[in-house]
Amino acid sequence: MWDYTDKVKEHFLNPRNVGEITDADAVGEVGSLACGDALKLFIKLDENKERIVDAKFQTFGCGSAIASSSALTEMVKGKTLDEALEITNQQIADFLGGLPEEKMHCSVMGQEALEAAIAKYRGVEAPAHGHGHDHVETEGELVCKCFGLTDVFLKKVIASNKLHTAEQVTHFTKAGGACGGCIPKIKELIAEVMGEEKKAAAEKPSKLTNLRKMQLIQETLENEVRPQLWADGGDLELIDIDGSTVQVAFRKACAGCASSGYTAKFVEQKLRELVSSDITVQEVQG
Amino acid sequence: MREIYLDNNATTKVDERVFEEMRPYFCELYGNPSSMHFFGGQVQKKVDEARARVASLLGALPDEIVFTACGTESDNAAIRSALEVFPEKRHIITSRVEHPAVLTQCRNLTKRGYRVTELNVDGNGQLDLNELEKALDDDTAIVSLMYANNETGVIFPIEEAARIVKKKGAIFHTDAVQAVGKIQLNMAESAIDMLSISGHKLHAPKGVGVLYVRRGTPFRPFLVGGHQERGRRAGTENTASIIAMGKACQLAEQYMADEAGRVRELRDRLERELTALIPNTRINGGGTDRLPNTLSIAMEFVEGEGILLLLSDKGICASSGSACTSGSLEPSHVLRAMGVPFTCAHGSIRFSLSRFTTDDDIDAVIKELPPIISRLREMSPFGREYLVQK
Ligand code: FES
Repeated sequence: MWDYTDKVKEHFLNPRNVGEITDADAVGEVGSLACGDALKLFIKLDENKERIVDAKFQTFGCGSAIASSSALTEMVKGKTLDEALEITNQQIADFLGGLPEEKMHCSVMGQEALEAAIAKYRGVEAPAHGHGHDHVETEGELVCKCFGLTDVFLKKVIASNKLHTAEQVTHFTKAGGACGGCIPKIKELIAEVMGEEKKAAAEKPSKLTNLRKMQLIQETLENEVRPQLWADGGDLELIDIDGSTVQVAFRKACAGCASSGYTAKFVEQKLRELVSSDITVQEVQG
Repeated sequence: MREIYLDNNATTKVDERVFEEMRPYFCELYGNPSSMHFFGGQVQKKVDEARARVASLLGALPDEIVFTACGTESDNAAIRSALEVFPEKRHIITSRVEHPAVLTQCRNLTKRGYRVTELNVDGNGQLDLNELEKALDDDTAIVSLMYANNETGVIFPIEEAARIVKKKGAIFHTDAVQAVGKIQLNMAESAIDMLSISGHKLHAPKGVGVLYVRRGTPFRPFLVGGHQERGRRAGTENTASIIAMGKACQLAEQYMADEAGRVRELRDRLERELTALIPNTRINGGGTDRLPNTLSIAMEFVEGEGILLLLSDKGICASSGSACTSGSLEPSHVLRAMGVPFTCAHGSIRFSLSRFTTDDDIDAVIKELPPIISRLREMSPFGREYLVQK
């Protein structure tokens, strides 16, 4: 059984705003029966067509899909369309007190349905990523055939949720969750997005405040270094940061590994590349 | 809230009588059966008794019983043994609907150069024996086919399959984890070479299993070390659980009539009433021979996890063939292999009964499930034309 928060359970057992709005201003549909989840979102605007006064949904899907839909309809009420478009899938998940990572695709589905509804209302091309094989036109290249997802959509989700493994991409979008044939391509997309971020980072002014530097070191260790160590059954812990000296202790397979010296060098390289070129890494027994 | 447990194909309650039987073997009679002294000897006697009880349920000989840690170990040991016995043979036959204990292992073996044929099943989840016959060749080392399916309860024609396989000289193994204790087996008159059982599916605790190995079947142990289990499975015996397994098998022998009669009637009533009360349902495997305790019912336009959570809210424990409950994203491989349409596969629920299931339990499901389905269907964007008018 999933470890759902009380808020998820509450929204699943007593979902708000179930149903349809017959004279809706905007309707967004994503997903399909084959995919195992689908959401149809109805939005009603006020007389001036400015603010959302009502939202309802129909959902086919698991507990978190229903809870996410319910949360979304609550969140958009009273917002302008532009404000509604700002809602991220992470905010939907946060509203529910969090979702298991395996279920994050439910929150992404909510965000997608919202985008689709608003795009349709405005008469612009829907941000068609093809989710659910429902869209004929797709922007970008089809990456996951099983779930009908394009590179444009996947890159967006990778970037906005800072995903760094193919497994996470599957949890957030379902891509790769069936035949798995698209996983190599997903890995390429992750590398691409990370590369773009690195470039952006490199363009930033090189002078960092101490606080920002420490933050960046921690983020780099969490997002770039540790996942790579996990892949080999290892891990590390940040012990201390003193100026440009970063002390780490190796854990699991990395602890006592004869080549931990190389691992320390690897960590140092990453930090120099992504944070600042004067960093030195020390291995300590912590 | 009273719990209504209808997930017995996942695991069963340990029968109190089983528990009483194993209890002294932890803190009082904790001897090692391999020891030479009287203290170990009395445990050895009890292990022998357990072996005889298991053998009796299977219509087998006591020396054909090897105790293992679980059904998965039994399955793994059987397949690996056959491959070692015939090192020159590189072909394995199994089916697409096996338990992962068999299927995952076979798929992994393809990476080591083995050829694996996965037999298809039809819309009822049933095997085609002609396909088996055609797949067999001189290179086939082992055929491993499950006796009864854990999700649908569909019973394969295992004896016929075994006879076909024996004519070709391959070893025949069956994963009988779901069948043993529910339907009558008789190894004395069977062509099966090896058969797996799991304790926790028949009211013994988790962590004990059995591999039946027919006398004369060449065998290579999976675990090596000491000489326990006549050299077929090293490692100090899990005595308390083995003793529990013996008692569970003895009780299963007594309850077989109950499974075939009372439990089947309860299942049939559940099936009848649910299909009458809920439109757009189908019974997975309904058109063929099934275990008396299993009901897999597919309901269109709803997703399984939602159903399970709402049932669970009413104290009812069942299981689903949907992907979302497992963290995988596609519906169960069994339902997909049967060609169950996606509209139904996501909304399949399995109820599995046991000797402890009562009329009241069944009444509760009949009362609670139909409104849950209408509620979820009202929420669903699909199949709205099928909604029941209230
Ligand atoms: S193509 Fe992506 S899972 Fe099959």
